[in-house]
Amino acid sequence: MTAELGAFALVLALALSLAQAVLGFAGVRRPALAGAGEGAAAAAFIGVAGAFAAVVTAFVTSDFSLANVAAHSHTAKPLLYKVSAAWGSHEGSMLFWCMILTGYGAAVAVFGRGLPARLKSRVLGVQGLLGVLFLAYTVFASNPLARLAEVPVEGRSLNPLLQDPALAFHPPMLYLGYVGFSVVFSFAVAALIEGRVDAAWARWVRPWTLAAWSMLTLGITLGAFWAYYELGWGGWWGWDPVENASFMPWLVGTALLHSAIVTEKRGALSGWTVFLALAAFTFSMLGAFLVRSGVLTSVHAFAVDPSRGVLLLSILGLSSGAAFSLFAWRAPALSPGGVFAPASRESLIVINNILLTAATATVLLGTLYPLITEAFGTTTSVGAPYFNLTFVPLLCLALLVLPLGPLTAWKRGDIAGAADRLKIAAGLAVLGGVAAFGIVSPRKALASAGLALGFWLIAGSLAEVVERVRAFRAPWPEVRRRLTGLPRGAWGMTLAHAGMGVMVLGACFETSWKVEAAEALPVGGQLRLGAYELTLKDVGTIDGTNYLAERGQVTVTRGGRTVCAMTPERRFYPAGRQNTSEVALCNRGLDQVYVVLGERRAGPAGEPAWLVRGYFNPWVQLIFLGPVLMALGGLLSLSDRRLRFAVGKTA
Amino acid sequence: MSARSLIVALLAVLTMAAASDPSERLPDPAQEARARTLFREVRCLVCQNESIDDSDSELAGDLRRVVREQVAAGRSDGQVKAFLTDRYGPYVLLKPAFDVANAALWLTPILAVLAGLALLMARWRRRDGARPLDTDEETRLAALLDDEAP
Repeated sequence: MTAELGAFALVLALALSLAQAVLGFAGVRRPALAGAGEGAAAAAFIGVAGAFAAVVTAFVTSDFSLANVAAHSHTAKPLLYKVSAAWGSHEGSMLFWCMILTGYGAAVAVFGRGLPARLKSRVLGVQGLLGVLFLAYTVFASNPLARLAEVPVEGRSLNPLLQDPALAFHPPMLYLGYVGFSVVFSFAVAALIEGRVDAAWARWVRPWTLAAWSMLTLGITLGAFWAYYELGWGGWWGWDPVENASFMPWLVGTALLHSAIVTEKRGALSGWTVFLALAAFTFSMLGAFLVRSGVLTSVHAFAVDPSRGVLLLSILGLSSGAAFSLFAWRAPALSPGGVFAPASRESLIVINNILLTAATATVLLGTLYPLITEAFGTTTSVGAPYFNLTFVPLLCLALLVLPLGPLTAWKRGDIAGAADRLKIAAGLAVLGGVAAFGIVSPRKALASAGLALGFWLIAGSLAEVVERVRAFRAPWPEVRRRLTGLPRGAWGMTLAHAGMGVMVLGACFETSWKVEAAEALPVGGQLRLGAYELTLKDVGTIDGTNYLAERGQVTVTRGGRTVCAMTPERRFYPAGRQNTSEVALCNRGLDQVYVVLGERRAGPAGEPAWLVRGYFNPWVQLIFLGPVLMALGGLLSLSDRRLRFAVGKTA
Repeated sequence: MSARSLIVALLAVLTMAAASDPSERLPDPAQEARARTLFREVRCLVCQNESIDDSDSELAGDLRRVVREQVAAGRSDGQVKAFLTDRYGPYVLLKPAFDVANAALWLTPILAVLAGLALLMARWRRRDGARPLDTDEETRLAALLDDEAP
């Protein structure tokens, strides 16, 4: 019964989204209809949320009469994974997508009070159209509430690799980011219909971009962390097509975040900002298509269904095709905005945008290249080595220029002056790089330069704050007054830029100086891992909730002192007859010791032994801490009074 | 399930960096390190986008053995890669060759940056259109206006 109510709520939400679209566009001229459109937007969200609640209920109560539950759940599965399995399948994840899409529409309707009535009405109209497309797909091609004719006694259970606490947080965050760009897309289409993109429009778009970007940053970071500790997923970043699919909207979103500032403060680049606003959600949809259609081979492939992939591609073609056609028609008429000199903050932001766009193009081409060559009869692989040789230099260039931006004035700035004010930061960065080259063994020049780049970003971001508050130059009361007077947006920017530096430090250090060791150990055997010793104390079997496992007791010592007792496991899930490996992590400040229990084999004297692999991952925590700081920076900016959703005095 | 049958069930567990298995290692650490670097550029053909360094599939194990043998026999990286592409086609390498066929792939990043810079420079020049005319232009303008005068 709950499922039928849910299915009804879902169909209702589809009808309400259609009403939202019609009323939204009709409401441009008749305010009364616009109000009804806002109501429909809120109601559509409630409908999808109701359907989603029905799916969760079916998973929690193990209602195997639903095809989706029978295929992805099991009575013995822990409750957390019953709930999170609701978005772990193709059908469920698309419903989740729709819930967030309509949720953002409802948020515009409810929180967008300060928006000009016509713009708001059109935004809701476009968001309603997107809702219609995705809800129609969910209702007709991917219904998570479809019943089975013959009800199985037991479900087939969720892929054990997905039975992880990260499943509870990674997809929701990712989707909040992906789909958050739908609002930005709707704003861009609405502005193109109106034929006006100005500073006020950019001010309304920025908070939504910031929100989506922050969520996407957190989502990708959680995914990277998950892939880091899940075996066989290629580490925290492997340039896998599915990873790239989530990274492209992030890159475009980052470019948009910056170009929107130019449009807001200087009225320039309006056409480009609109283009990026359309592109960000286009890449989100492309990601949804690539991940689900199975056209590319990936270690993260899940919920793959080629036949429905075509439908997703059609939705992408229809919505983005229409939007970019509108852009081609209207963009030439947009005002080009204020002029700026080569030496200006605008120019530096444009350079950032050029590099980020080139980086996106590189990731896109590298990801799709195997498909393109396949169409011409040869198959080519494009893997991590390609991206490391192309993307990484582009990113390094962008990061090298980054600290100059905030220190250069708008319109006509003084780059030499900015560089002069960054002298101390540059000195510290070089010092850091030289110190790394001298101290860290083995000696690596390129990696030390990478560390210097990380220090440059952190010191450069802080230098801008020092400059703004006139620290070391003005008397302390004035510095304090200036410090407390700095807007949250400024702190957010500093935090995000410094967070990027933190991430660069971690990525360079971990990639270049990780230590690996592997040996078949009998009980009591030892393995040397850099400065650490791993001892296999014991191996026992345990009976988990829905799995059986071999669990190793591994102690980590350093200089004879025990620092960690670890329990890596090899699990067997009888429901799906699948094996997984649970790695054990030991935190050592910024570093981690990573231990894997491998297969059992005969030791040198014929005694039982286990293949134990250990990794010493130096500064690995920074890889995840950096992006978290970036996202916090985004959220901090979002809390700035000047950037509240739809706050705007002038139009 | 008894411990013994659990062990049987776990025999096929997937592992990370399967190439670190001590039973496969070459005696010479320098050669082993070179082989490991090569592994990261070779695709496990039957896997879901994994290098032979990561995959524990049988084919990946075979390819690792082939590469290690070649490295031990003193072949250069280029020779090892050529040997693999002759057997399995270009698909086996995760880093596409720098050649004419892949020119678009390798040149796009730099072309994208150049195109962007060209647009930016065009934008800077547009500002020049708004500057006051210099003396040379003033005289030309005056001459044009004179021509039009009756």
